[in-house]
Amino acid sequence: MVGSVNLASNLDWVYVSASPLSSDELTKWATRPNCGAVVTFCGTVRNSSTTGHEITSLEYETSTELAEGRLLEVVGEARSRWPELGAIAVHHRVGSVELGDTTVVVAVSSAHRLEAFEAAKYLIDTVKISVPMWKREVWEGGSAWSEETHSIVSVQQQ
Amino acid sequence: MTKLLLLGPAREAAGVSHDVVDGNTVGVVLEGAVKRYGTDFERILAVSQIWLNGNAADPLDQVGPDDEVAVLPPISGG
Repeated sequence: MVGSVNLASNLDWVYVSASPLSSDELTKWATRPNCGAVVTFCGTVRNSSTTGHEITSLEYETSTELAEGRLLEVVGEARSRWPELGAIAVHHRVGSVELGDTTVVVAVSSAHRLEAFEAAKYLIDTVKISVPMWKREVWEGGSAWSEETHSIVSVQQQ
Repeated sequence: MTKLLLLGPAREAAGVSHDVVDGNTVGVVLEGAVKRYGTDFERILAVSQIWLNGNAADPLDQVGPDDEVAVLPPISGG
């Protein structure tokens, strides 16, 4: 899988992907000899909707360049808050994602579990509010932009 | 001439995702965009953030042909 890896450290990997995400791949990638904990979070498509319809898929739209740039900022902020973290990967889907499929994966490793859990929560919470990403809810016979919207906030505000 | 990037509902209202618009400041470029795309776009622009080359922009920021002004409506990611 090709992505925007920070090759200098090989510790940060952000990616906006048009193909299915693999939480196994990110978990394995984040597993390091000096880390005894890996926390992996997956966001998946659920059937309930802000518009009251039975959702069959979501369609994500973004600018890959802007989204990956902001994802790197989120990862950088996590590193400043938890300097002891090992590897961090955040991948987000674009395009059509079917019910039950994975839309976003966060994988974080650290020597001990507390920092990995805290950082994983910060990362997914901040990705949701600070990365430019729009989703359409798709149901049988129609679609609409999600009504669950908010203005983009900076990564430091979370 | 400055590059314009329109995303999500802004892209839908304008009918295009990429365009080129005259203007030497962010504000003038956006005024040109409103004239070109109409009131649906103007309504979304009013609640959107504006970025210049990936960073938050001010309407008075100077722009040239290599710059990109992006219109980012409220998000719904994750």
